[in-house]
Amino acid sequence: MYENSIIGIEPANLMKEAQKLKDEGYRIVQICANKVNGFELSYSFDREHDMKTLRMIIAEEDEVMSISHIFFPAFLYENEMKDLFGIKITNLVLDFNGNLYKLAQKTPWNPQN
Amino acid sequence: MGKRTIIPFGPQHPVLPEPIHLDLVMEDEVVVEAIPSIGFIHRGLEKLVEIKEFTEYVYVAERICGICSFMHGMGYCQSVEHGMNLTIPRRAEYLRTIWAELSRVHSHLLWLGLLADGFGFESLFMHSWRLREKILDIFEATTGGRVIFSVCKIGGVRRDVSNETLQSIIKTLVDMEAEVKELTDVFINDYTVKSRTVGVGVMSLQEAHDLGAVGPMGRASGLVQDMRLLGYAAYDDLDFAPIVETAGDSYARTVVRIREIFQSIDLIKQAVAKIPDGEVSVPVKDVPRAECFERLEQPRGEVIYYTKGIGTKFLERVRVRTPTFANIPPLLHCLKGCDLADVPILILTIDPCISCTER
Repeated sequence: MYENSIIGIEPANLMKEAQKLKDEGYRIVQICANKVNGFELSYSFDREHDMKTLRMIIAEEDEVMSISHIFFPAFLYENEMKDLFGIKITNLVLDFNGNLYKLAQKTPWNPQN
Repeated sequence: MGKRTIIPFGPQHPVLPEPIHLDLVMEDEVVVEAIPSIGFIHRGLEKLVEIKEFTEYVYVAERICGICSFMHGMGYCQSVEHGMNLTIPRRAEYLRTIWAELSRVHSHLLWLGLLADGFGFESLFMHSWRLREKILDIFEATTGGRVIFSVCKIGGVRRDVSNETLQSIIKTLVDMEAEVKELTDVFINDYTVKSRTVGVGVMSLQEAHDLGAVGPMGRASGLVQDMRLLGYAAYDDLDFAPIVETAGDSYARTVVRIREIFQSIDLIKQAVAKIPDGEVSVPVKDVPRAECFERLEQPRGEVIYYTKGIGTKFLERVRVRTPTFANIPPLLHCLKGCDLADVPILILTIDPCISCTER
C-alpha cells in the first residue's frame, strides 16, 4: 500500500520542511492553490510512489518564498499560482511576472487582486 | 565562448501541433539555454467546476485532451469516487483498464507518426497512423466515439461491452501485432532514424528524478516510476512491471514507447481473460464531501487529479497536473548542449500535449 497523506504545516516552516523532504529523497510533483479564507496551498512530493502533501493556509496579502531553489521544477507551479490566484511568490528561479498564461482576465481565481 | 544569439522557436512550427514558444540561447549551432513560454491556449477548464455539477464535469475533464481524453475522464471519476468512498463494480474497473490501455496504444502510435513526420519519414508517419485507425475503430465500436467517448461516469461506466466484442478486440490486436512489429522495427533499427535519436538529449537517472520527469521520459532514463503500480482500476489483478531503459536519450524514449505498445496489448489480453461478469455502474446517491489526490498513468506519464467536495453538487476545486507540465523542466535540461537541428525532434520526444498542459 502506497502512502498518500496530507500534512498541515505553518507557512514559516515551508522551506525547512521542503528541504527535509529533499534530503529524504523526495521530488516535487505538484503544487495546488485553492481560494478559501485566504489561500490554501498544497505542495505534493513523491518518493518511489509514496506521496506526501504539505498543506498550509496563508492570508491573501501574505508573501510566500519560492521553493524553486530547492526543487527547480516548482517554478512552473509557482508561476501558475501567481498568474491564476495572484499569490505573491518571491525569490523564484525563473519569474514570468504574471505572464506565464495569456489571460483575458487578470488572476481569474481572485478577481479583486 | 562564441557570440550568443537568441533564436525564437515557436509558437508556430511545423513539428508543433500545438503552440509552445522557446527562446533558444545559442552559441553558434549549440543551444546553451532554453527559456519556455506557454499560455497561448489556456482555457480555464479547472475554473469551470464552479458552474458544472460534479457529475457533469466529467465531460469537461475529457476535453482537456483529445488524445488521452478517456483517461482524463477516468482520473476525474476515480478521484471523486475515492473521495466519496464509492466502490464501483469490478467489471467497470476492467472496462476502464481496457479502454485506458487502448488509449495508450493509439497515443504511442500517434506519437511514432509525429516523430517520423518530424524527421521527414513520411511513409513511416502514414503507416503509424494507419495502424492507429484500427484502435479508433475499436473505440467507435465500443463507445460510439473516436476521440471523446463520454463512457466514464461517476459510479462506473455508461456502456458494457459484450464478451464476444471483447474477443473480437483481442483478434484485432493479435492481427495488428505483426504489423506494429514491422513498423517499430524501422524505428529501432533504421540507420537514418537512429542517427537522429541515439545520443541526442541525454538525461541521467538522477536528473530525471530531480527534474520531475514522468512517464516514458523518466523511464527511458532508468526511473522506475509508473502509477499503474499503485494498482488502481484492474491493474492490481494484472501481471505488470514498468518498461525501463537506461540510455536516457531520444532513442531510449522511443524504445520505451514501442515496448509499451506491446505491453498494453498484453495487458488488454490479460484483462479480457479475467474480466468478471456483472453490473457496470452503481447509482450515486450522495454528493462529494471530501478531498482526494488521485494518480494515474497516462500515455505521456503521471497525471494527478485533485478534487475537493464540500457537500454540494458543485466541487470547490479541481486541479489537474498533467504529464507534459511535469516534463517541461526535463525538456529544458535536454535542450542544453544540443544542436539547433535536433531541437524539433527533442521537443517531440517528451510527447508534448500543450492542451493538457494549459487546460
